[in-house]
Amino acid sequence: MLAVDGGFALVRGERGDARVAAPPAWRAGDLVDGDEVVRAYSGEEYPGPGSEVARLPGQRMAAIRSRAKALAALRGFFAERDFVEVETPLLVPSPGLEIHLEAVPAGTGYLITSPEYQMKRLLAAGFEQIYQVCKCFRANEHGPHHASEFTMVEWYRGYADLEAIIRDTEELVAHIVTAVAGQPLASYAGRAINVAPPWPRMTVRDAMQQWAGVEVHGDESAADLVAAVRRAGIEIAEDLAWDDAFFTAFLARVEPAITALERPLILEDWPVPLAALARRKPDDPRTALRFEAYVGGLELANAFGELTDPVEQRSRFEDDLRIRRERGKAVYPIDDKLLAALAEGLPPCAGIALGFDRVVMLATGAPTIEKVLSFTAPEL
Amino acid sequence: MYDTSDIRKGLKVLMDGNPWTVIEFQFVKPGKGAAFTRTVFKNLLNGKTKEMNIRSGEKLEPANVDQREMQFLYKEGGDLVLMDQTNYEQVSVSADMVGKAADLMKDNLPCTVLFFNERAIDVSLPTFVFLEVTASEPGVRGDTSGNVQKPATVETGAEVMVPLFIRVGDMIKVDTRTHEYVERVAK
Repeated sequence: MLAVDGGFALVRGERGDARVAAPPAWRAGDLVDGDEVVRAYSGEEYPGPGSEVARLPGQRMAAIRSRAKALAALRGFFAERDFVEVETPLLVPSPGLEIHLEAVPAGTGYLITSPEYQMKRLLAAGFEQIYQVCKCFRANEHGPHHASEFTMVEWYRGYADLEAIIRDTEELVAHIVTAVAGQPLASYAGRAINVAPPWPRMTVRDAMQQWAGVEVHGDESAADLVAAVRRAGIEIAEDLAWDDAFFTAFLARVEPAITALERPLILEDWPVPLAALARRKPDDPRTALRFEAYVGGLELANAFGELTDPVEQRSRFEDDLRIRRERGKAVYPIDDKLLAALAEGLPPCAGIALGFDRVVMLATGAPTIEKVLSFTAPEL
Repeated sequence: MYDTSDIRKGLKVLMDGNPWTVIEFQFVKPGKGAAFTRTVFKNLLNGKTKEMNIRSGEKLEPANVDQREMQFLYKEGGDLVLMDQTNYEQVSVSADMVGKAADLMKDNLPCTVLFFNERAIDVSLPTFVFLEVTASEPGVRGDTSGNVQKPATVETGAEVMVPLFIRVGDMIKVDTRTHEYVERVAK
């Protein structure tokens, strides 16, 4: 029996495997005996270890080729716009402190959950337009849209605001989808979604009001928000934290509504309790300079008008650490070198992190993230 | 107590005093929010379903529900009497729990009985049962086009629609979910 791949056949013999040139009539995945194809490969299931075909199914190979195309398109996109591609370390002493992210320990430190701290140090050092494509690691995240190890695209623009990042995002996604699919039509859950810029926009408050029936201000207490969510008919526990109450309503009502939209959505103006590392809006202290980009209900990217004030940054880090301690989560060291860089001076800037795997899902119509990975964790 | 990492299909939990089973679940996580498990539960008492987003760290109370393999013994009025082969314990449940399939139950039929707080709340039958035809008019010759069917009585007394070629003494396979004839089988 032989399995064919890209013009070669893998001969599985008793004395080991060998690669030989294959006749042109054979296609990747076919099982052959002598000169004859005994089973044309249908391409769906992964044969798994120990099977006769110790290889990937045709569809997965097509997805890997699409990934390569998407990556080439992405690099072309940033090169055209004079961005410098950077590579910052994946192994760091201090991973992100975000309350809802858990880092994977490695050696004496951790694998990054996002490259943002080191990229900001590069901005503080004088770079104005940088991007990075790298692996990030988040413990215990497995699902149709989540893999613990995934590929992130992160870019920053110095002396620019979120408006420029929104334009980049729309153009980049349209560019990648076009490079892979031939036209700016993403495909997800059996639907085609036109991703040509510009994308519709909505504020978080309007979305919560319109779809969840919950009025969100940003300066109300957790108890008040819980009461508002309950008034809207959504069952939640009384003692929920502000963000948990928000996301319970968001997941129950807003996310399904976004999923049903025919076009992508820029969801902007996040209430300040969800500011993370975003600056407050100068004219509205209850609102953070933050947006998320959605296509077909898939959350593709999160962007901030970056916080540049080292004092506020330290205080947010300390709040996060306190909450992590209270909730019994791992406590990571504060990145003092990042704070030092902010103190030296980070120019006003905006930046974004975009899930590359999810863009490939949209470009290829893959229903789950594992369909666009070379190998999934259980396959290793 | 269970937490979200215990959630899987078939997990039985107690909510509002009712036993529920998980029929679907999915990991969801907003970019800057806590992870949730979007879970669809089915109420084991009335079959109603509901979807809930359960936050990581939230606890679920296990329901005192267990499944036992039991054998059907006989009908008694509107009740079914079943016996646990391992300890010869008998239980009597309302025939309504199996609906129309009750009349397809033959003595010694293996069933699965679900108990909640030691009370039988559901009986599931095998998907298919094999029954002998005890009465049926012969099919009219020539009338074999399409899906023409005729009534037949099987050994339990139930009436099942069968194809015209089925004769008294034939053994047939019947789907207990739909009460429909599936095929004729060799005895």
